[in-house]
Amino acid sequence: MISAGAFAAVGAAATLWPLIQQMNPDASTQALASTEIDLKPIQEGQAITVIWRGKPVFIRNRTPDEIKKAADTPLADLVDASARNDALPEKAPATDLNRTKKGKENWLVMVGICTHLGCIPKGQSLSDSKGDYGGWFCPCHGSHYDTAGRIRKGPAPRNLEVPPYEFVSDTTIKIG
Amino acid sequence: MTQHESTYRPTTRAGQWLDERLPAARLMHSSFVDYPTPRNLNYLWTFGGILSFCLGVQIVTGIVLAMHYVPSDKMAFDSIEHIRRNVNFGWLIRNVHAVGASMFFIAVYIHIARGLYYGSYKAPREVLWILGVIIYLLMMAAGFMGYTLPWGQMSFWGVTVITNLFSAIPFVGQSIVKWLWGGYAVSGVTLNRFFSLHYLLPFVIAGVVVLHIWALHVVGQNNPTGIEIKTRADTVPMTPYATMKDFVGLSVFILFFSWFVFFAPDYLGHADNYIEANPLSTPPHIVPEWYYLPFYAILRAIPSKLGGVVAMFSAILILAFVPWLDTSRVKSTKYRPVYRYFFWFFIFSVLALGYLGGKPPEGAYVYWARFFTAYYFLHFLVVMPIVGVLETPRPMPRSISEAVLGGAGGTPHGATAAPERR
Repeated sequence: MISAGAFAAVGAAATLWPLIQQMNPDASTQALASTEIDLKPIQEGQAITVIWRGKPVFIRNRTPDEIKKAADTPLADLVDASARNDALPEKAPATDLNRTKKGKENWLVMVGICTHLGCIPKGQSLSDSKGDYGGWFCPCHGSHYDTAGRIRKGPAPRNLEVPPYEFVSDTTIKIG
Repeated sequence: MTQHESTYRPTTRAGQWLDERLPAARLMHSSFVDYPTPRNLNYLWTFGGILSFCLGVQIVTGIVLAMHYVPSDKMAFDSIEHIRRNVNFGWLIRNVHAVGASMFFIAVYIHIARGLYYGSYKAPREVLWILGVIIYLLMMAAGFMGYTLPWGQMSFWGVTVITNLFSAIPFVGQSIVKWLWGGYAVSGVTLNRFFSLHYLLPFVIAGVVVLHIWALHVVGQNNPTGIEIKTRADTVPMTPYATMKDFVGLSVFILFFSWFVFFAPDYLGHADNYIEANPLSTPPHIVPEWYYLPFYAILRAIPSKLGGVVAMFSAILILAFVPWLDTSRVKSTKYRPVYRYFFWFFIFSVLALGYLGGKPPEGAYVYWARFFTAYYFLHFLVVMPIVGVLETPRPMPRSISEAVLGGAGGTPHGATAAPERR
């Protein structure tokens, strides 16, 4: 009796698994997991938005002034102390260097999705409001990000995520 | 009194034959014809019937809309326009379905407020009440997924914001959101599964409604005095008395419903939903459908992501605990001189939160959203338990029939003292 009941329970649980698992990202979605971008046309101070895995990715060619502002910010002023860089461990501090690639500090590459509830922050085009810290501003619930994409004010809990990417040439990057 | 003797007498031989084998007609007759209802029910008691009507309307219009709608990110938006412009009577059916969702929520809010005012959640109706809270939660899920289907800007960004609520759950949040989306962002995959679930949920609701009515017929209806039925004189048969009253209430409700359908079909929606979904551009001001606004205001009032999400879900779940939070001996707020002021302030707070949920989260709006959010929870957690103990209720009639007939059988002939009152 007990073994029959246990057998039935295990069987039911095993049958349930495919029905749950089918909702996770399918093979065709996972296949689109990397994309290459040519950075040549992006002038200093400009930004573009590209699509990676269905998500917008912000690429900004930062001005020396913006880099200096981000680098000079004391870590104690940050809401989220983690670099949120997929290439670095979770514990890496959120310095400006840890959010970019060495020698390419002018390029800031991040997933352009507010870490609060997933809206797309303003700040990519020149006419946008860039928030109190000169970076990005999410109009949905009022989160302000600085010029390194770090959360400074508002309900968002984390810095904007830096996706895994690498420079395949001097002016081309591959995300994913 | 609720376990009444059935008066069903099949008149035909076929009826008798069936009654001995499957007494379905007897069940219907004793549940909806000779079922004893309190004789003092007011028009607020017609909303149960109105809600059944709303569910029926949504299911019928929804099934026919699904014959023309295409659940794909490429075609969904266009297929809605196709329904409105090309399909025969598509404009009417689509408007009834869209307006019907709002009407369903108006009716359910009145129904819930009535239950709160007359203490319909108190013993022995706790299970009945909790089933109602479950139906309300299912309605919210169905309404939310339905709003996704037109695939406009508000649909898309509403889904994004609401599904991201789950990312606040520690550790597993991100995986849950990815599982809900079926991708790394909201996409056509998400739309497709929401369509499937949107089609399913109304039937789940219908099932829970059957349980809700079953529980209602076990414990009997509450009534404006909150006094239980004591004798047959306290009741009238459901048909024709309560059913005909239901039809009057329903007729007025349908007039109201029709006014929106024919004269202001888009008034209760958002203009941005006539812009096709664009994953690269967030509208400057995302608002959910009006019926979620009070909870949206609570979400934004808390200056922490996890805290806001917890507060929002708690605001709904706390309703399930009301039967045990209210300590009053008296059911109906009619006889509660102190609590009634708190009750009306609570209703005002919910309406205020609804207003604030539609405003941008800045300046004074945030301050007031916090104030009313605080009262929302204080009402349940502090006011209900404490006022119930401290307050002295007003004198109550001894029975429903005394309340209706003005003391029929009141002072016995030749009595020297007034009858005892509690």
